[in-house]
Amino acid sequence: MARSTLRGKNEINAGSMADIAFLLLIFFLVTTTFPNDRGILFTLPPKADPNRPPPDVTKNDRNIFKILVNSADLLLVENEPLEDVSLIKDMVKEFVLNNGRNPTLSDNPKEAVVSFKTDRGSSYEIFINILDQLDGAYNEMYGERVGMTGAQFRELRNTPNKTPEQRNQYNTARGKDGPDGKVTFPKNISIAEPSKVGG
Amino acid sequence: MSKFKKKTNSSADIPTASLPDIIFMLLFFFMVTTVLRETEIMVKNVLPRATQLSKLQKKSLVSHLYIGKPKVTSKYGSEPKIQVDDVLIEPKDIVLWVQRKKDELDEVERDQITISLKIDQEAKMGIVSDVQQQLREANARKIMYATPERIDQTSGG
Repeated sequence: MARSTLRGKNEINAGSMADIAFLLLIFFLVTTTFPNDRGILFTLPPKADPNRPPPDVTKNDRNIFKILVNSADLLLVENEPLEDVSLIKDMVKEFVLNNGRNPTLSDNPKEAVVSFKTDRGSSYEIFINILDQLDGAYNEMYGERVGMTGAQFRELRNTPNKTPEQRNQYNTARGKDGPDGKVTFPKNISIAEPSKVGG
Repeated sequence: MSKFKKKTNSSADIPTASLPDIIFMLLFFFMVTTVLRETEIMVKNVLPRATQLSKLQKKSLVSHLYIGKPKVTSKYGSEPKIQVDDVLIEPKDIVLWVQRKKDELDEVERDQITISLKIDQEAKMGIVSDVQQQLREANARKIMYATPERIDQTSGG
């Protein structure tokens, strides 16, 4: 008897399947966060040796590009106040690529050092803005050495498994092809330890 | 007339049999892309934006460190704090934390550990520098200032 009544409609009602799937879908929609592991890479200097005093700076003053930020986020670039952070990129490029022409700017890119010092009271935001400018300046300079834009060079740098041609191009841009493996175009960005509040 | 009615009636509803399949496809997409957040961030964390970004290749080498004002100011105060994993710590505890993180990695990869610093844009450089000194002490020198991409790109580069 029972069999005869069931005959003809022996399939599962799949209408609610969509609802169940929707519920799950909404759960995952809400919990999803797309991870964005992107940012500015930086390598810290090695730990200071307590037995050895810090080395004296023997660099000529013209080879140091000084950026100072005080606790009110005001800038002092090459001993002159500066309002617009976005001007730093071009100033750094001019400084590094000077090659001895202007007596107040660097001798050559190998000697040039960008010194960046903040105050303990400076905001992290301005630190990142300036670091971004410095990175951008060097990326553009490296790119120009192999006929690329800064953005193209950045893409090349971020390529995980470089082909031999890409690696050659990258090393040429970074100036790593000098005699006995010496870097002829280093990225000398020195970030000094912040001074105490008020500086 | 009755003939017409019958015809329209027979093909009135849209077949919904494939609807679950479509939904399941969406569901699988989100299931695969989802990374369930393992830590609850207890500090305010609005990252500053930048343009010259790099992307980290190996996720397993990355450890995250957050700095910002605590969200529960009544309990933790309003001064920026450091958070790792699920706890707020003091700068002096960072060395220990880095050692523990390094122990989780393979021996050959220990020197390549990368610390992703997620620092609130309102934080001061003082605490950031304290953290960096500790990271130097712990010999975890590869760091990344996590920054989303800035959209209004005036100076292309």
